[in-house]
Amino acid sequence: MTPDGDEADPNTVSERTTQRAPSDDPETRDRPSGSATMASVTETKPPSTGSSRTTSGGVGERVFRGLTTGSGLVVVAAIALIGLFLVVQAVPSLLANNANFLTSPDFNTSDAGNLRFGIRDLLAVTLLSSLMALAIAMPIGMGIALFLTQYTPARLARPFSYVIGLLAAVPSIVFGLWGILVLAPAIEPIAQFLQTYLGWFFLFAPGNLPVLTGTIFTGGIVLAIMILPIITATTREVFAQTPRFQIEAAQALGATRWEVIRMAVLPYGRSGFIAASMLGLGRALGETIAVLIVIRTATSPSHLSLFDGGATFASKIAAAASEFSQPLPTGAYIAAGLVLFVLTFVVNALARVVAGGKVNG
Amino acid sequence: MAKRLDLKDVDIYYGDFHAVQNVNLSVPPRSVTSFIGPSGCGKSTVLRTLNRMHEEIPGARVEGQIQLDGEDIYARGSDAVAVRRTIGMVFQRPNPFPTMSIRDNVVAGLKLQGVRDKKKLDEVCEASLRGANLWKEVSGRLDKPGGGLSGGQQQRLCIARAIAVQPDVLLMDEPCSALDPISTLAIEDLIGDLKKDYTIVIVTHNMQQAARVSDQTAFFNLEATGKPGHLVEIDDTEKIFSNPTERETEDYISGRFG
Ligand SMILES: Nc1ncnc2c1ncn2[C@@H]1O[C@H](COP(=O)(O)OP(=O)(O)OP(=O)(O)O)[C@@H](O)[C@H]1O
Ligand SMILES: [Mg+2]
Repeated sequence: MTPDGDEADPNTVSERTTQRAPSDDPETRDRPSGSATMASVTETKPPSTGSSRTTSGGVGERVFRGLTTGSGLVVVAAIALIGLFLVVQAVPSLLANNANFLTSPDFNTSDAGNLRFGIRDLLAVTLLSSLMALAIAMPIGMGIALFLTQYTPARLARPFSYVIGLLAAVPSIVFGLWGILVLAPAIEPIAQFLQTYLGWFFLFAPGNLPVLTGTIFTGGIVLAIMILPIITATTREVFAQTPRFQIEAAQALGATRWEVIRMAVLPYGRSGFIAASMLGLGRALGETIAVLIVIRTATSPSHLSLFDGGATFASKIAAAASEFSQPLPTGAYIAAGLVLFVLTFVVNALARVVAGGKVNG
Repeated sequence: MAKRLDLKDVDIYYGDFHAVQNVNLSVPPRSVTSFIGPSGCGKSTVLRTLNRMHEEIPGARVEGQIQLDGEDIYARGSDAVAVRRTIGMVFQRPNPFPTMSIRDNVVAGLKLQGVRDKKKLDEVCEASLRGANLWKEVSGRLDKPGGGLSGGQQQRLCIARAIAVQPDVLLMDEPCSALDPISTLAIEDLIGDLKKDYTIVIVTHNMQQAARVSDQTAFFNLEATGKPGHLVEIDDTEKIFSNPTERETEDYISGRFG
């Protein structure tokens, strides 16, 4: 009763992403039709041949477990060491800081004897640009994923996903150049419009730049395009895995296509979609070179407007990289880097909580 | 309510593959018709054309006429979604919406039809769960997700969901094959009750089950793999199991098949 033709697709997908939803996997596989039964027979074979070679299997098992545990530990240790490195380098500068690290909008490290640096504006610009990117990319990413999995025949969906994948391969620097040279002037009228009519709302209020190009607004759009492939690709894969019997349950009740999506596809893919979005957010938070090129530096503090300029953590650090010679000013940037590190960590942890442990990246 | 189904010269294809050939049969209202036959002979395929689920498969198509009380469900003006709202289906694998509450599962079909009245929904929910013999077990936890029930309970939940919209016909594709004997009996009893109000078509591999629950039985067969399946005969269940007209049927029923 299960369509044999459709069988191949979900199965290969679930093969690739087994760790994402282990509990759902046997469900998608265990099918009544001939081909599925064959598949499950071949799948159960290896363990039985393995058990006939108990001794070598036992040693191999232990070696393998040692290796995997070891490599797991290496990763944890590496992360811990990076954190430690950042802390050790940052502490002396934080102690020598003459401004409030959390609330000061300044980032003045030119005089090593009088460090005045705070992350207020870095945090504001980072969050505003990343969240704006997310706000744009999430609905579009979901829309594309739904379009590709629910509305397009497979033979058209494949090339389309391929093109979106290509978007992920475009170097950041190209996005940056395109953003400032092409996109920024093109969207200036929109920015102007928003500021004129929605200027009473703080996000669209006049910012700290004399112009309306190269703002957080521009940067957010560039970032949205950059994270779109991540969100789309992962979400598409999760949506494509929606068990056929769930979809049929909705169809058999007389659900229209959109109702099928609402009743079967979205509940199944929700956590995967959120996880994908968080991966995208992580990418946006850490994006350096495109932001450095697109968002203009500002001389006055942030107004918490999308038409502000300024720098994100990453772009601020990158811009100063050539001056990392004296330990104390360098430490100030490292402290900023540490905050970014913690921020991405928190985002990842949140993603895990929201997705119920289903994030695999 | 319960309507009759007539299949006239029905041929079913998956792309180029001719899956089922020339089926003619009638399902009278308020009765149970069972489909039996070897694997791959097209029982599920025929069943799925009866509520136009078949056409969800790319390339799949149907020729001939399938009439619900004389009206062709494949007629040009008729809409597959509308057909499915009046012809319910229960699948081999229990498939409640796992994250939806039990209550929402039961009334999902009604909500699709635009019923919003909370009181009406609650009434239908209770009546359907009682109808599906599940009310006693779940009345205290209607807000819990449907995925949290046992397999047998889930299947009865799916039956409740299917009958909540009071369909003209209820189709069941091996509804008990994933269940233990006790749940199976519960569902067989349920089918006996439901046929007072509904027209039921059930696919089963279990001949005792076909003999127990159905009024008439259709035997499908196929000459060889790759050849289309066809209807060998359809007759009163009693006759099929005691004195079938066709030799093929007798061989299959007595286990001398193949
Ligand atoms: N989606 C599909 N695409 C192509 N061929 C299909 C598809 N679904 C079923 N078939 C073929 O149609 C034929 C009838 O299949 P069907 O599932 O109706 O058999 P069945 O009688 O229900 O078997 P079973 O008792 O094993 O459930 C088989 O040859 C099968 O391979
Ligand atoms: Mg079948």
